[in-house]
Amino acid sequence: MIAFILISVLLVLMIAAAIYAVVQKDLLYAVIATGIISLVLSILFYLLQAPDVALTEATIGVALTTIIFVITIRNTERMEVEADKEENIKSTKK
Amino acid sequence: MKKVLVILLLAVVGFYISETFFDIGFGNSHFVNNEVIKPVKDTYLQQTVQELKVANTVTSIVVNFRGFDTLGEVTVLFLSVTALGSILYKRRHHVGDRSVLFSASSIVTAGSKLLFPAIVLLGTYVFIHGHLSPGGGFQGGVIIATGFLLMLLAYENYSVSHTNLAIVESLAGVTFAGVGLLGFVYGEQGTFLENFLPSGVLNDLFSGGVIPIIYIAVGFKVAAELTGVIYTVLNEKGEQNG
Repeated sequence: MIAFILISVLLVLMIAAAIYAVVQKDLLYAVIATGIISLVLSILFYLLQAPDVALTEATIGVALTTIIFVITIRNTERMEVEADKEENIKSTKK
Repeated sequence: MKKVLVILLLAVVGFYISETFFDIGFGNSHFVNNEVIKPVKDTYLQQTVQELKVANTVTSIVVNFRGFDTLGEVTVLFLSVTALGSILYKRRHHVGDRSVLFSASSIVTAGSKLLFPAIVLLGTYVFIHGHLSPGGGFQGGVIIATGFLLMLLAYENYSVSHTNLAIVESLAGVTFAGVGLLGFVYGEQGTFLENFLPSGVLNDLFSGGVIPIIYIAVGFKVAAELTGVIYTVLNEKGEQNG
C-alpha cells in the first residue's frame, strides 16, 4: 500500500513537471523540469525492480540530455517566442 | 481551432496506446504463464545462471543472447557521433576558445579536480562489474563522459585530444567485433559472438566468459564517443543574436 501511494505521488509529480515544461516560456526552467521528469522516472524504475534501466535513465536523462540542452540554450535564445509573433517579426524585418 | 484539433488527435492516439497497454497486462499471472513467453523467459533465466554463470540476467541477454543487437546499437551511436562531427566541422576553426558566460569560481575548479577521478572510478567500476551488479558498458561510459563534462565546464582551457578519442573508440570497436569473430573459430557451434572462454564461478569478477571483455570495450567506446560529442558541442560558438 505504501509502495502504491509512493508510486502514485511520483507519477503525479512527473505529469506536473511535464505540464510545467510545456507551459513555461523560459526555456531554461523548462529544461530543468524535463530533467526532473527523468529523475523521478529513474526512481520509479528502481522501485519497479529495474536498476539497470534506472542507472541508464539517471545518467543519460538527468545529466547528459539536460546539459546538452542547457548548452544549446546558451548558444541560442532563452525565452520562447510565440509562433504568430515570430511571423510578425519576420514580416517587419522584410 | 488548431489547438482543439491537436488535443483531439492526441486524445485519439492516447486512447489507442492505453488500450494496447491494458491488453498486455504486464505482471499478470496470465502474462507470466503465457505459453509463448514462458519457455523463452525460463530458458534465459536458467542458461544465465547454469551455463554462463552471470549474476545479472539483463547483461547476459544484452551481451550474449542478443549480442548482435548490441553491436548494432554501438554502430548507431558511432554513426550519430560521426554525423554530428561532420555537421559541426565547418565552424571548427574556433577550437580552443570556448564561449563562456562567466568563468567558474575557485570552489568549482578545486572541487571538480577532486571529483573527476572519483567519477571516472565510479564509471569504470560500473562497466567492469556489469555482469555482477546493475549497470554495464553504456552506463559506465556515460558516467565517465559526465566526468569529462565537469572538467570542461570548470576549466576554460581544458581540452581533449580528438585523435586520442578516435584511437580509443576504434580500438574498442575492433575489440568488440574481434571477440565476436573469435566465436567463429573457438566456439563450440562456431557462431558470431559465441562464448569461447571458461564461464568460471557465479558471482566471481572473472566469470561469464567473454561478457566482461565486451562490456569493457563498450564502456571505453561509449565514453570516448560521448566525450567527443560534449567537446564538439561545447566548442560550437553560436552566432550571438539580439
